[in-house]
Amino acid sequence: MSDHPNRRDFLRTVGTVGATGIAAAVGAESPADAQAQTAAKAAPAAAVSHAYTFLTAPEAAFIEAAVDRLIPADDLTPGGTDCGVATFIDRQLAGAWGSGDRMYMQGPWDKGVPTQGYQSPMTPAEFFRAGIAATNAYCRKTLQKEFDRLAADQQVKVLQDMEQGRAALDGVPAQEFFNLLLQTAMQGFFADPVYGGNRDKVAWKMIGFPGVIAIYSEHIKTYRNKKYDVEPKSILDLS
Amino acid sequence: MPTRLKEVDIVIVGLGWTGGILAKELSEAGMRVVALERGGMRATNPDFAIPLIRDELKYAVRNALMQNPARDTLTFRHSPSERSLPMRQLGSFLPGEGLGGAGVHWNGVTWRWTGIDHALRSHYEHRYGKAFIPSDMPVQDWPMTYAELEPYYDRFERTAGVSGKAGNVRGEKQDGGNFFEQPRDREYPLPALENSYSQMLFRDAALQAGYHPFPRPCANASRAYTNPDGSRLGACVYCGHCERFGCEANAKGSPHITVIPKAMAQPTFELRTHSWVTKVLLDSTKKKAIGVAYTDVSTGQEYEQPASIVALCAYAINNVHLMLLSGIGTPYDPVAQKGIVGRNYCYQPGGGGVTLFFEDKIFNPFMASGAFGVALDDFHASDQFDRTAMGAIGGATIAVGQSNGRPIGYRPVPAGTPRWGAEWKKATAKWYLRAMNVGVTASNMPNRYNAYDLDPAYKNVFGQPLLRLTYNFLENDRKVVGYIGQKAAEIARSMKPTSMTNPGTLGDYNIVPYQSTHNTGGAIMGASPKDSAVNRYLQSWDVPNVFVVGANAFPHNSAYNPTGPVGALAYWTADAIKKRFRNRPGLLT
Repeated sequence: MSDHPNRRDFLRTVGTVGATGIAAAVGAESPADAQAQTAAKAAPAAAVSHAYTFLTAPEAAFIEAAVDRLIPADDLTPGGTDCGVATFIDRQLAGAWGSGDRMYMQGPWDKGVPTQGYQSPMTPAEFFRAGIAATNAYCRKTLQKEFDRLAADQQVKVLQDMEQGRAALDGVPAQEFFNLLLQTAMQGFFADPVYGGNRDKVAWKMIGFPGVIAIYSEHIKTYRNKKYDVEPKSILDLS
Repeated sequence: MPTRLKEVDIVIVGLGWTGGILAKELSEAGMRVVALERGGMRATNPDFAIPLIRDELKYAVRNALMQNPARDTLTFRHSPSERSLPMRQLGSFLPGEGLGGAGVHWNGVTWRWTGIDHALRSHYEHRYGKAFIPSDMPVQDWPMTYAELEPYYDRFERTAGVSGKAGNVRGEKQDGGNFFEQPRDREYPLPALENSYSQMLFRDAALQAGYHPFPRPCANASRAYTNPDGSRLGACVYCGHCERFGCEANAKGSPHITVIPKAMAQPTFELRTHSWVTKVLLDSTKKKAIGVAYTDVSTGQEYEQPASIVALCAYAINNVHLMLLSGIGTPYDPVAQKGIVGRNYCYQPGGGGVTLFFEDKIFNPFMASGAFGVALDDFHASDQFDRTAMGAIGGATIAVGQSNGRPIGYRPVPAGTPRWGAEWKKATAKWYLRAMNVGVTASNMPNRYNAYDLDPAYKNVFGQPLLRLTYNFLENDRKVVGYIGQKAAEIARSMKPTSMTNPGTLGDYNIVPYQSTHNTGGAIMGASPKDSAVNRYLQSWDVPNVFVVGANAFPHNSAYNPTGPVGALAYWTADAIKKRFRNRPGLLT
């Protein structure tokens, strides 16, 4: 499990649904969030933002739990949420991509076959929203709890069932939603930290990708079969 | 009402490699040239400056330099009996948009096509007999020989600053070059790039197996270079941000740093960006173009640009679309097998390659150039390769490149590794530096059903029908990929990796994952209007003052990347226009 408190627990702790709205509206500056962060004893040095602009509180709880299962904390990196992956997803959904920019959105609509690609009339943001709701409904029905309230191994099982096409979601193709979720989480984990994920370049350090400087005119000869150990540089570092 | 503009000698639709070459050649010859580019202006500085150009998410995933499908896309199905649906997001291929077109974001692999490619039907009939060619495979010869096009290949290589090693200079075999290539008049303008470690291992294994490896020719400059027009290229720094990106070092041969600035220096040349051509305008006889209609997509204002000559130089797909929208030539009907425009669409089957994992080796995949590599032509350009055992027409090149280690897209793990979770993460961390690929690039033969027409249901942002693509991989492709994939796997196994993937088999074509931007055919060239849309000067048989320049002209697709002959054909066409058509308009023979 990740180090920060379960978002839904926290929201329940602070009380009313009204407080949720306020907390979300004022973001990390709110006393409530400050309290949450104090509670996260083992939180990494630079606290990750839990302020979201697209995701509602229950949606954020889902995404945080999901990315912590897709990218679990271990000795290689912190979990997905602490790497900023939930933040990344929120920003992508709030932005041009989530709104269906650079997508042909005209009808008529037909499901087609997988080799014809994305055919949903929903934008990616709408698709995410529907997918989260449908997955939570599936979890309530089969396990009597929302996804983020499940034990970690139950969450893994739900995600595996979606990935393998064993879980049928109401109104949303489970495999497609899972694939989009996984793809977006991986983008967040490995993209330049300027987008909010890959915090402290953890994913780049993990694999040995040196980042954006990338001038290897001599190294192409001198680093054959030899590890190139450098502190990666990101757009964020150079801006 | 559209605003009618002043007539010019030639209007060029699309300003990438082909449009740029025509623009330069014809404006320098004193012709009044207007180029209409649907996208915006682009320049290396500031558009491709570091650090912002090294943004994998923006350029390689969200396709910032590419055509926007929200405005125009195509629909796709496997066969005429299926419902065609729009390609709602880019995936399988990435047409460019903006000054320089796909010539900005390409990798730079620059081949001269083989002697077999130039005389495909004749070659197979002669060598294997007529019955070897299936009746539903309309292969045909190019309408010009390799020897005729040689000076134009040379011209393009010089312009783009191609690095490589000749294998045959005027009939003399050269050590280290492509043993099977057709004779060249002279060496490449630049020596080959340095090899990556992966390429060195592959070259040794291929030599050991008795094959003929050579440096893959590429328009990534191995050193600083000034081309014959005085355009200056920098040296490649192996940054690993080539395909899908603009080159910040000006080391990738690209039209925006070569031919286009030369055209722009001419007083008779005018560029209009954000200018989307919707139609070629024909006179009442339908045998003569009088100009084009276009919309300024930044203002919405519509224009008519009269011109004596119309050159379609958009991406190959869009050239065919414009012909069909404009009523140039007879649309192809695959069921009746009548008509011409739309037929012989081909692509590039992949899937035969393997990934090798070595516990004890480090490949640094991020030290990379888009196009450098070690390739084998033993199963493609070589006539010694007897196709009887394969039972198929065509061939494949086998190569080790190392185009990038960008981590959103490049994360090799051994087969059977989960796609997420703790085990996935461990495998990703372990193998990222320790994997390499042996790639297989197959040719693609035409089939009567693989074709374009206009979609009956879906429209673009201008209310025009989208192009409809009917396409699938077929038995011939599966045989080629299967047979030569095994050859690649044999070489790979001899390199003794800790483990390797199995060569894939070719399934149905899928428009979702990126494969290549090598879409060919649709408005093909030939010796007769009975089997081609354009003649040997890429001139429409039906509307002779329309030239259609691009990979749309290829009657089949080679196991090579298309840009070499695309560039050569652009120079060839420019010559025909300025030396012949200009003085005596009409069908050139």
